[in-house]
Amino acid sequence: MTQPVFWGLVGMALVVMGLYALIVHAHLLRKVLALNVMSSGVFLVFIGLARRAPVEGSAPAVDPVPQAMVLTGIVVAVAATGLALALIVRLRSLTGRTFLGGDKGD
Amino acid sequence: MAEPPNKDGGGRRTVPDRTKTPGSVPAHRALPAAARALLALLMLGLFGGLAMAVLSLSEPAPGLAAAVAEHLAASGVDHPVTAVLLNFRGYDTLLEMVVLLLALVGVWSVGRARGCAGHAPGPLLRQLPRLLAPLMVLVAGYLLWVGAHAPGGAFQAGSLLGGVGILLCLSGQPLPRWADGPVLRLAALLGVAVFALLGVAVVLLPDGAPLAWPPALAKHLILTIELAAMLSIGVILAALFTGGRP
Amino acid sequence: MAALSLLDWALDGLLALLLLWLAWRTLSTPALFQAVVLFIGFGLVLALVWARLYALDVALAEMAIGAGVTGALLLAALVRLEPPIGRGRHPARDDEQDDNG
Repeated sequence: MTQPVFWGLVGMALVVMGLYALIVHAHLLRKVLALNVMSSGVFLVFIGLARRAPVEGSAPAVDPVPQAMVLTGIVVAVAATGLALALIVRLRSLTGRTFLGGDKGD
Repeated sequence: MAEPPNKDGGGRRTVPDRTKTPGSVPAHRALPAAARALLALLMLGLFGGLAMAVLSLSEPAPGLAAAVAEHLAASGVDHPVTAVLLNFRGYDTLLEMVVLLLALVGVWSVGRARGCAGHAPGPLLRQLPRLLAPLMVLVAGYLLWVGAHAPGGAFQAGSLLGGVGILLCLSGQPLPRWADGPVLRLAALLGVAVFALLGVAVVLLPDGAPLAWPPALAKHLILTIELAAMLSIGVILAALFTGGRP
Repeated sequence: MAALSLLDWALDGLLALLLLWLAWRTLSTPALFQAVVLFIGFGLVLALVWARLYALDVALAEMAIGAGVTGALLLAALVRLEPPIGRGRHPARDDEQDDNG
């Protein structure tokens, strides 16, 4: 078990936890939280993979391309979260509910 | 507009911890227990499959680190991640900034901005930005500059500027007249505009291709783009926080 | 891939446990405010993990954007979804005067 594998497994665990919460919760804000946890898990797998680069001298063995992709991913995640939250607030002010139509909420 | 009672309230009173078994959640979920158990089993199966995928990875893997190191000298910066972000995979970064802009447009088309301070900010929150905001702007400038040869860069600096905007919003400072309206929109557009314009303008150079910075000019081009991007990202993140059209 | 000492593994294990526990509590706690605060904590621990994995740019961005801005956005949304206790104005009622925003 090396560092990439270890953190890859932790990342997958986060993805699976987030997916379960995404499906199970009806409240939209909790769904947004679950999506964010899932994306954090995916990023963890990416950065873990980035640690697999072959060692060059004394520098730490990191691959910069997955790190750049994760950086992009973090910014996209916050943009999507911002939009999702604005939509949730709007839904609440229009219909008074914070869950989608088919779900049985409070 | 009638508001149905919402049991899933904020935690302004302490809620006793009612979690009984791992994964159990309070009563306002919709799925019955059998479906939850089946879902949990499916999730465990999914985790098993993903874990097998992770465990079958080989290492060390021939990644792109060697290729990046080889071309780093011609990229205009010394830090590999910055080089990848703004030179080797500049297209991804351009599209990412477009995504940010689109999210802003989406938020703006959904409603008007709510006042930031829900109620009158206390004395600490009124005075804090006077100390923190200039410091944060300074650190943002430093992060932008240092991104060329150490961890840092436009996104980190831009997010710090966004934090300044959020802090100012929370402390109840109204934006000055000139900052609302066209200036705000221009600042939000600046990052994408500068990046796209420079990316297209490079085609006019001999041996030019879109988004291909010539090694002699790369350092300056990247710094210009990062400056515009920092400003845009800061403005967009703060505007996302206000939650609507100004 | 350099071999890691026992201390490295202990640190990694501790951070991983903390991360998983925070994520589970975030997703399962009954109080939304608590969930959001735990999520911010989760973001900060994640930034530490990025530092462990030599991804310092990602750590800086995670701390500022992932924990900071996302946390602020979530808290703002929480306030806008629920009226603050003891205050008269409800965000939903303000929107009745909204033009077709």
